Amino acid sequence: MPVTYIDAIHQAMQELLEEDPRVFLMGEDIAGTFGGAFKATKGLEAQFPGRVINTPISEDAIVGFGIGAALGGMKPILEMQFADFGLLGLNQMGNNAGAHYYRTGVPINLTLRMPCGGTPGGGPFHSQSLEALFAHFPGLHVFTPATVADAYYMLKQAVQIPDPVVFMEHKFLYRWLKADTWHDPQPLPVGKARIARAGEHATVIAFSAMVPEALKAADLLASASGYHIEVVDLRSVKPMDTDTILASVARTGRMLVVSEDFPWGGVASEVVARVAAEGLHLLDAPPLRLTSKDTPIPSHADLWKAHRPHSNDIADAVRYLISL
Amino acid sequence: MKEAALKAYKAMVMARAFDTKTSALYKAGKILGGVFLGRGHEAIAACEAVFLRKGHDVYSPFIREQAGRCAWGDSVLESARTYFGSVEGCMHGRDGNVHWGKPLEGTTAPISHLGAMAAVIGGMVLAKRMQGITDAVGVTCYGDGTTSVGAFHEACNMIAVLKLPVIIVVSNNQYAYSTPNTQEFACDLLDRGRGYGLTSHACDGTDFLQTLETMHSAVTAARRGEGPQWVVATTLRMCGHGEHDDASYIPETLKAAYADRDPLAVARRQLIECGWLTEDTDAALNRECTDEVQRSVAQAQKEATPNPATEDWQATSWRPFR
Repeated sequence: MPVTYIDAIHQAMQELLEEDPRVFLMGEDIAGTFGGAFKATKGLEAQFPGRVINTPISEDAIVGFGIGAALGGMKPILEMQFADFGLLGLNQMGNNAGAHYYRTGVPINLTLRMPCGGTPGGGPFHSQSLEALFAHFPGLHVFTPATVADAYYMLKQAVQIPDPVVFMEHKFLYRWLKADTWHDPQPLPVGKARIARAGEHATVIAFSAMVPEALKAADLLASASGYHIEVVDLRSVKPMDTDTILASVARTGRMLVVSEDFPWGGVASEVVARVAAEGLHLLDAPPLRLTSKDTPIPSHADLWKAHRPHSNDIADAVRYLISL
Repeated sequence: MKEAALKAYKAMVMARAFDTKTSALYKAGKILGGVFLGRGHEAIAACEAVFLRKGHDVYSPFIREQAGRCAWGDSVLESARTYFGSVEGCMHGRDGNVHWGKPLEGTTAPISHLGAMAAVIGGMVLAKRMQGITDAVGVTCYGDGTTSVGAFHEACNMIAVLKLPVIIVVSNNQYAYSTPNTQEFACDLLDRGRGYGLTSHACDGTDFLQTLETMHSAVTAARRGEGPQWVVATTLRMCGHGEHDDASYIPETLKAAYADRDPLAVARRQLIECGWLTEDTDAALNRECTDEVQRSVAQAQKEATPNPATEDWQATSWRPFR
């Protein structure tokens, strides 16, 4: 029976709770039979009584409590109901958790789960990605899994890493993305990007839900035009695996970066900046970006589909890139 | 109570001596950034911390809490090291002035964002509970201005909902920087605690023995399992917000009303009346504290400061390959 991306997240949390008594979960509506807005924690309180804690609607305090619990020797996994509301915990994450190791030498072992990204009808405040805002702060790692196996392994790794980790789980992938298993015989270490598809004519850098879109675009281009597109899945935007990006650009000479986030100062900008600074000589054409539009995310499904990069948009952008 | 009273008083004397020294050093240009005194807050700070057990309880001191740090059991040397950025200090010059703590010993290293540490202390106490330690308590302290901050509200509410043994101390010194109470809130601060469902206490923070009794009741109740406690202790900030600030916005009439309510002088008077202190023992204590402050400041000034060329510019403990 196939497993989904959210099954993998649930499985990872169940195993983490089993394996380590210091792990516990905290968030809004996550306990009891309800099990969270997306059911990621369903059934876990019954299995681990006292270790799945419902909170008031207080994102700042959820993160603050997580910091304190980590200082007290625990390994909290905190759930923001939507990444958009993670902004209300951003001060605690950036200024408190993120700054803590450098200031004191004591790392904060917390994991912040953030259901992110757009879904049809999600609208302006239940669709944002925001990984760049969190990645901006020193001291935070930001993971952006794009496969069922990565959702499983990277969440487990996030909790094993002693620092604060922002775990961006894409809501669209929750039940849409399926695999035979979450097991991977050779899981990549976190911090390493993955060549999701090898190619030669251009590189598409993507992460999170843009990886399946980019793979679809690569299929389309292969069948329609015979172009072989290399797709690089960043897996984590911070740390960013610049070596794998540059190696791919060296093979293809052309790069498009795709991100579902807003354009201004985003992960795509960071990738382009790094490639321009460290690999300009590898490029046969200007590095391109394809992001969502610089407006709030619209609610109507037709507007939403036009707001974010779609596989057809990616294919068109690659065609343009190759024409340059 | 005599033992706690004398321990708290010594912390107050030490803190005053330290504050006097750092103020002078700031004005002489020897300390950069800022110097923040606890003048007027000594009784509250010392009494909130004196009933805590280092190594068992947790404590989140902040801006005017030097006396609390001393009562908790940290030396003024650590405070001096943070002011001077000594690499021997626990912040290694990476954070300064009052921003220091030893999280693994139970004190937080506060950030500047007011109210942020209330949730952190809640989490530290929650960790104790999850580890089966039920008689450990946490003390966290704030000024009147912080009660207006959203993060503080969230934390107080969550501490109340989770029924954690945390004592939230509000030192109402009547001014948040230059903002008087009337522009900060339109209620009785005691009602705020009641509103969260916290057991609430009030005391005159310039009255040493009353403050000691109040903090004792609050800490004892929390330790006994009676849930979180809220203490509003009223005083006047008898200095500027920092030593860069002359506090000229505080009316002279208000300053005059507190002229004979310096908590240190009140404590001395009360302890002598109780027969727990004599003029001679007080003079000896003052000499001891002044000497310790002098030694600590001299040592901190001599210690190495951070070297940018050898600084480990890493913000995370886990270091990926690049």
